[in-house]
Amino acid sequence: MGTNVSGIHGGRLAPADYEKNFSDLHPPLDHHEALVAADRCYFCYDAPCMTACPTSIDIPMFIRQISTGNPIGSAKTIFDQNILGGMCARVCPTETLCEQVCVRNTAEERPVEIGRLQRYATDIAMEQNAQFYRRAERTGRRIAVVGAGPAGLACAHRLAMNGHDVIVFDARVKPGGLNEYGIATYKSTDDFAQREVDYLLSIGGIEIRNGQKLGRDFTLGELTENFDAVFLGMGLAGVNALKTEGEQLSGVEDAVDFIAALRQVENKADIAIGRRIVVIGGGMTAIDAAIQSKLLGAEEVTICYRRGKEHMNASEFEQELATSKGVMIRHWLQPKRIIGKDGKVAGIEVEYTAMQDGRLVGTGETGILAADQIFKAIGQTFDPAGVGNLRLEAGRIAIDAEGRTSMARVWAGGDCVKAGEDLTVTSVAQGRDAADSINRALAAAANPTVAVA
Amino acid sequence: MADLRNNFVGIKSPNPFWLASAPPTDKAYNVERAFKAGWGGVVWKTLGEEGPPVVNVNGPRYGAIWGADRRLLGLNNIELITDRPLQVNLQEMKQVKMNWPDRALIASIMVPCEEASWKAILPLVEETGADGIELNFGCPHGMSERGMGSAVGQVPEYIEMVVRWCKQYTRMPVITKLTPNITDVRKPARAAKAGGTDAVSLINTINSIVSVDLDSFAPQPTVGGKGSHGGYCGPAVKPIALNMVAEIARDPETYGLPISGIGGVTTWRDAAEFMTLGAGNVQVCTAAMTYGFKIVEEMITGLSDWMDSKGHRTLEDITGRAVPNVTDWQYLNLNYVAKAHIDQDACIKCGRCHIACEDTSHQAITSIVDGVRHFEVMEDECVGCNLCVNVCPVENCITMVGLEAGVVDQRTGKPVDPNYANWTTHPNNPMARQAAE
Ligand SMILES: Cc1cc2nc3c(=O)[nH]c(=O)nc-3n(C[C@H](O)[C@H](O)[C@H](O)COP(=O)(O)OP(=O)(O)OC[C@H]3O[C@@H](n4cnc5c(N)ncnc54)[C@H](O)[C@@H]3O)c2cc1C
Ligand SMILES: Cc1cc2nc3c(=O)[nH]c(=O)nc-3n(C[C@H](O)[C@H](O)[C@H](O)COP(=O)(O)O)c2cc1C
Ligand code: SF4
Ligand code: SF4
Ligand code: SF4
Repeated sequence: MGTNVSGIHGGRLAPADYEKNFSDLHPPLDHHEALVAADRCYFCYDAPCMTACPTSIDIPMFIRQISTGNPIGSAKTIFDQNILGGMCARVCPTETLCEQVCVRNTAEERPVEIGRLQRYATDIAMEQNAQFYRRAERTGRRIAVVGAGPAGLACAHRLAMNGHDVIVFDARVKPGGLNEYGIATYKSTDDFAQREVDYLLSIGGIEIRNGQKLGRDFTLGELTENFDAVFLGMGLAGVNALKTEGEQLSGVEDAVDFIAALRQVENKADIAIGRRIVVIGGGMTAIDAAIQSKLLGAEEVTICYRRGKEHMNASEFEQELATSKGVMIRHWLQPKRIIGKDGKVAGIEVEYTAMQDGRLVGTGETGILAADQIFKAIGQTFDPAGVGNLRLEAGRIAIDAEGRTSMARVWAGGDCVKAGEDLTVTSVAQGRDAADSINRALAAAANPTVAVA
Repeated sequence: MADLRNNFVGIKSPNPFWLASAPPTDKAYNVERAFKAGWGGVVWKTLGEEGPPVVNVNGPRYGAIWGADRRLLGLNNIELITDRPLQVNLQEMKQVKMNWPDRALIASIMVPCEEASWKAILPLVEETGADGIELNFGCPHGMSERGMGSAVGQVPEYIEMVVRWCKQYTRMPVITKLTPNITDVRKPARAAKAGGTDAVSLINTINSIVSVDLDSFAPQPTVGGKGSHGGYCGPAVKPIALNMVAEIARDPETYGLPISGIGGVTTWRDAAEFMTLGAGNVQVCTAAMTYGFKIVEEMITGLSDWMDSKGHRTLEDITGRAVPNVTDWQYLNLNYVAKAHIDQDACIKCGRCHIACEDTSHQAITSIVDGVRHFEVMEDECVGCNLCVNVCPVENCITMVGLEAGVVDQRTGKPVDPNYANWTTHPNNPMARQAAE
């Protein structure tokens, strides 16, 4: 079964191989494994891992709770700081966050498996539907959240907890943002993203309206008029274009669309994939597209990145994962022209690059890579449609330390702002912190300080 | 190669590692396997009187506590003495001794505290060819409720009396096994010596409840909804056993009395420690019950390699070597000053030393220096208590460094006095003041 003919086809593999290829990248720890892993934690003072976690989860505490047989208490420690702790446990590049600074690295070059332990505890709590949060007394305040991704959801949850009523508007048909449409299939398996949204929503007071797009169905002005506060967490809806000849040919696709399609499809064999793939880019999206192409049965997958290995946004771990799956990563190559045949992609001409006086330049030396499918993964962009004259910074929404935008009563966070890395966990942190800021602002407005003479 | 041959009160064995009287020595099958694995001797599971044997519970008889990765640290049991008929045991002992003439085979005995009972069993045991007997005055559960085991071991007069009977009715060397469930182990040891014992062995198990089942609210092991206290052994009891061995070894009244060290011996190192504190050999139970008989290989090679590396040729070269260095607190040199020192290259910056010292001791370890995470001992605060050494997860990362005489102790501002001075003469000691007045 399966096929390796040229061109773009589904069903390249035998059915069983799809299941195997798209199973959990980091399988869950069983009870015993979790105890062994938890025992390795030193319960550090002022733990470096905790500082490295963008949401500041009390890692030594939640691990100690696992080791004392209290996974439910452990999950609460996690959720207190990060209500999407379940997804973060699966998708965080821990090798560049908490696990990178774990003191066990110094001791024996092997960190405590914080991510997998976090998953262990949160899985148990979610399986048992343990609910930790009750809404504070209703404040009667209504807050609009735009975008049901990690930033919007974390913000909505914290607001609901404080007694506010939250309406979340999202352009897509399902909530979750990139948790649902972007994260690689082998990181977030089955319907976890939706289960997590449901778990989070059970606090009550949050209404999600799907298919509602800012800039098309409503404007920011309408929101500020009708709500006490607004949080923008729209992520990056646009994608960068290659701007090279042949980009319109059939077989040239956006990597994010390919990844989203793969997450949504019922049967992975229905996803058509080329025999020879070239992925342009050097970030997590490029890696995920390349790996998953390989997992779908592509024969040859090459990532072309225009700078060196050390400049890649994808972590060392991600790069190694890709190469271990048979992906070839080539550096210092930029696309020059996509070559077509009968309206379809046949190859790509690439040019070597080099740094010259601190600038990246083509060297003039070119070559041709045969390809029947090309994925563009050269970055997403913020689409400012509908935000009016909100101040932007480097193409994204400008915010202050608390998440306030240039407009009164409007906050923002997640990928759509220019602050920190584009990660699920940083988006959660920003959404949560913006909610706290909103809450403070609303409370202050309700109890204006009275001047005492 | 170091010579590990052991001569304990005339009982010879190829090495000082004996199996203690317990399940590993309950029948020929086990003991044969033990000897094949290399054990130097065994103390056969305790024999009782002729007649219907004791019965054990038919539910769980062990409980435990664990450390990291479920490493067993302490075992608790409610097992009794052998539950097999006396004659069966005696026949097997005889056969095994014939098969393994070079190994030590000791019979452990526990019969009622009556002269007739001891007089009756001793000739039967002697007939097996056993090398000696061990009197079980230690079992803290079940048997003690029947006036035997630790019920005898807790009354020095009974010990002396029974030992005397045994010395009277058998030519075999007598080892008296002591219970730790007393306040001063020197008393029963002195009594055993007064009765004429050839040696003492210790410790037997310690009264304990290892855990409580929080669903059923019953101690574990739970037998039909109830639990009783049991006997505690394994690595966790070693410090208690070491002290008791040392107490007897340095007591002027029992000085020189041979000791068989028992309690938590798990590695060659444990064995060596017992021996330096005065034990002529060691007995092992829990370690064998945890890992099987093969561990003796590690003990033999470990002890031998260590002795080679230090130039010790025979067991006599190490036995009792640490005893002169065990003293009472009041004789410790109060002029000795040590400070903790952190090896910055070894430090992994976990911060445990800091928080331990900060929260619970003397606020003598930094956590931040010049804005960076850095752990360093402040000598002007350090009292040299050693807590940080004990909580640091990296071996040899923190060490205690003694100050040379004359060097100024930053904490007190005084130079270190080269002279030895202890509490007995210290000005703050009311007794010392009295003596001076
Ligand atoms: C392919 C890929 C793989 C990734 N893998 C990882 C990973 O492994 N680990 C990791 O930490 N991070 C990963 N990331 C990054 C991570 O997914 C994002 O940083 C994170 O999802 C950002 O959260 P957000 O809430 O800001 O935005 P998003 O998750 O993008 O959510 C934005 C939401 O807003 C909605 N929206 C957009 N525009 C509008 C509008 N005009 N009106 C209404 N709704 C709108 C969208 O439909 C979407 O639901 C990956 C990203 C990509 C693209
Ligand atoms: C299950 C069990 C049964 C025991 N039975 C006896 C016994 O019958 N006679 C005896 O003298 N000691 C008995 N002991 C005590 C051991 O011989 C030994 O003194 C004690 O376990 C301490 O040594 P360890 O720490 O190496 O186990 C028993 C111990 C255990 C664990
Ligand atoms: S740094 Fe590592 S060892 Fe220390 S608390 Fe964090 S996970 Fe535990
Ligand atoms: S150790 Fe052996 S006898 Fe004891 S419970 Fe387990 S299987 Fe049964
Ligand atoms: S306990 Fe040890 S490893 Fe940890 S900070 Fe202190 S000295 Fe360093």
